[in-house]
Amino acid sequence: MTDNLLEIKGLHVRFGTPIGDVHAVKGIELSVAKGETLAIVGESGSGKSQTMMAMMGLLASNGRVEGSARFQGQELVGLPLKALNQVRGNKIAMIFQEPMTSLDPLYKIGKQLAEPMMYHRGLSAAEARKKAIELLELVQIPDPTRRVDSYPYELSGGQRQRVMIAMALANDPELLIADEPTTALDVTIQAQILELLADLKKRIGLAIIFISHDLNIVRRFSDRVAVMRLGEVVETGKVGEVFDNPQHPYTQMLLASEPTGRKAPVPDTAPILLEGSNVNVVFRMGGGFLGSKPSEIHAVNQVQIRLREGQTIGIVGESGSGKSTLGRALLRLNHGTGRIRFEDADISQASREAMREHRRHLQLVFQDPFGSLSPRMTAGEIVTEGLLVHEPQLTKADRDARAVQAFEEVGLDPNMRNRYPHEFSGGQRQRIAIARAIILKPKVVVLDEPTSALDRSVQKQIVELLRSLQRAHGLSYLFISHDLSVVRALSDYIIVMKSGKIVEEGSTEQIFDAPAMDYTRELMAAAFGH
Amino acid sequence: MSEQKSSPVTQAPVQGLSLWMMARRRFLRNKAAMFSLFVLIAVAVFSFGGTWVYPHAYDQIFDSYVAIPPSLEPYPKEDTLHQVMQDAAEHGHVSLADFSVTGSTYTAKVTSDKAIDPRVTRYLDRPDEFDGAAIKETLDGGNSAIVTGTVNRQYFPFGTDRNGRDLMPRIMVGGQVSITVGILATLVSLVIGVVYGAVSGYIGGRTDNVMMRFVEILYSLPFMFFVIMLVVFFGRHFVLIFVAIGAIQWLDMARIVRGQTLSLKRREFVEAAHAMGLSNWQIIKRHVIPNTIGPVVVFVTVLVPQVILLESFLSFLGLGVQEPMTSWGTLIAEGTTGMQFVPWLLIYPSIFFVVTLFALNFVGDGLRDALDPKDR
Repeated sequence: MTDNLLEIKGLHVRFGTPIGDVHAVKGIELSVAKGETLAIVGESGSGKSQTMMAMMGLLASNGRVEGSARFQGQELVGLPLKALNQVRGNKIAMIFQEPMTSLDPLYKIGKQLAEPMMYHRGLSAAEARKKAIELLELVQIPDPTRRVDSYPYELSGGQRQRVMIAMALANDPELLIADEPTTALDVTIQAQILELLADLKKRIGLAIIFISHDLNIVRRFSDRVAVMRLGEVVETGKVGEVFDNPQHPYTQMLLASEPTGRKAPVPDTAPILLEGSNVNVVFRMGGGFLGSKPSEIHAVNQVQIRLREGQTIGIVGESGSGKSTLGRALLRLNHGTGRIRFEDADISQASREAMREHRRHLQLVFQDPFGSLSPRMTAGEIVTEGLLVHEPQLTKADRDARAVQAFEEVGLDPNMRNRYPHEFSGGQRQRIAIARAIILKPKVVVLDEPTSALDRSVQKQIVELLRSLQRAHGLSYLFISHDLSVVRALSDYIIVMKSGKIVEEGSTEQIFDAPAMDYTRELMAAAFGH
Repeated sequence: MSEQKSSPVTQAPVQGLSLWMMARRRFLRNKAAMFSLFVLIAVAVFSFGGTWVYPHAYDQIFDSYVAIPPSLEPYPKEDTLHQVMQDAAEHGHVSLADFSVTGSTYTAKVTSDKAIDPRVTRYLDRPDEFDGAAIKETLDGGNSAIVTGTVNRQYFPFGTDRNGRDLMPRIMVGGQVSITVGILATLVSLVIGVVYGAVSGYIGGRTDNVMMRFVEILYSLPFMFFVIMLVVFFGRHFVLIFVAIGAIQWLDMARIVRGQTLSLKRREFVEAAHAMGLSNWQIIKRHVIPNTIGPVVVFVTVLVPQVILLESFLSFLGLGVQEPMTSWGTLIAEGTTGMQFVPWLLIYPSIFFVVTLFALNFVGDGLRDALDPKDR
């Protein structure tokens, strides 16, 4: 008997699929001591979440587990459901990535907190409520006596994640499994949640398994780290040791995958391609049935922006700051007002038909490489679709030849052009989306968080691709992102946005080395952990 | 002209696996759905092919066999033949002296006070049971004759109705009508509903409002009233049933497709198409409609049985197909009126009806699983 709280030995997870078994976790060994934080890092598909799911008996119906996972000496694998329920949610608690969807929108959070306590521990309603308030206090929700009667929609994303943590702590667990708990949150809130977890660990001696792909967070937050790749643990050790002296080439690659390089600014004489003055976008919210009053949201407020040929403007800001809305307004994809000039034409009043000629020069790449490709078309059809509109004289064979060119340009095997989007990985899909924009030979490309949904190592490749395309075609980019390290690598000018307004703008050096505004400094601190 | 532009790729491009192909694979693996599909095909082949092969027409009346129960034995039964022949002979004003059957031929001896008129054979042929009567020899100086002919053996595996019509071809014809109405009316509603819903949902705003209010107005029209109006104006017609049912059913379809479109509209690939400069109609055609097909196909499999039921209901009320044409609904309606005495008139059409609806629902279930595997 060791003093380890949790010991995983030779754990295998297999999924039966129509094309054969997928071996998701290949006999891993892990252990967590009391009060320790173990971080499991790895890129998507490395099996880090599935390991935890297998242990908790939460695998999808086609999953099979082998091996052993002992919690306080008790074997969890193959434990009957009733006994397993004694452990999970009680001694082992979990929090997930999505705070927006893991609370039931129809119940007050106090009730959602209290109910399991009344059920599991037989507390009375009043006691459970008291305990719920204590828990909210523990997770540092301001004014818990009032907040206990809030509905989830009244809370921000960060607060919801706090409620989720409170829920997880309700039964005084010994082990908390946090599966990417901060990925869906803005950087500043991310930092607060991590602080809270670190604080809880200290105060109540909680052991935490922290699953993440973000190495920055892991380094700051955990005691030990296990690096997973393709279902295997390739390296484990103390955080300091692994980060300072990585042994496995994969770990080294992960650590080196932060995008590097800077972009030289364009000369002031470069012609202005796209210019927006006094851009405003107002959304009207027509009173939803959950009681919100009809209101106006000023998503973009009096923004001036000037994009020169060959320039990359990075637009940074947290979610809801209006950066994506601004990007779309400049392409006339929403109902923005203000003057927008493209080259010599004022396009702010252009009709749909008049806009069509300009569209080929103004392209857009989206964040979600899964949602931005039509699932029923082949990659080749997706890439060449714009040619149907802008070069209708091309024959099918011509278009196919152009698709081959575009595929080669973005570093994809042209032989894959008859495949469908779901047969590509995230990074490959993003390349398809970029090929779709590039094939029209655009002048301006708005990149709306093109790397956010990708793993770090893939991110780096996409950044390289964008860079080489910019050089080859003299493209101008409007790069929208909340990821400051990517923005720094790619842009020569930066606009910081908050609540629809520009807070600060300037050259990359200026913004990163000497931010003038508090908000910018806060962003930097949260992102780079000073 | 593609010659000079031939791609530098030497290897043949890899063929992708489309969502449709994946769905088909999943469907083919679903045993219940595949079995149901097989049953459906069998019912369709029986209904549409059967009338070509089966010797009796659906409107052919057999006076001798009114409301006889289903049997695999041929009619007429041996023991009844004598009586039938005797009756036939009496009609011809001769009396039957002797009657025997060997195989499918009979020999009868008829006698009379007067000389036997050769035309008596017509009387003997009159019942459905006998055919080809011919006088073989005359005896007693013409007062009696030996007549031979064939016994006309008929099979009625499903029995006959109370008008003496064979039930089996009637079920076949009824199946033709029901299946045709089911498919055509569904197609009508599919085409109108999908286009209407996609346009309304995609364009949105005021257009959507007007189009959907129009749908609601049509919804509030009483269906029966609408059908009766159509019948009054245009008279009873087979086509009218498709029009009437299709005109009502597309409303549901339009709403489903509109809902799908509203969520699709927010998807990034639609926005990407917009950014590419595709026109609204191109976007609807290329991106919206193909992606609504999953739920639409599933709804169609629910719609077909619903339409078949509606047609039965209309026919039951006498607003559908008219005699001697029939449909499963009509047959069942007729069957219910005499179910104590002639239960097979209810049982046989009901079996076909229920089996078909079951199979359709299983196929629909299979399609849903195949097209939306995550729903499970």
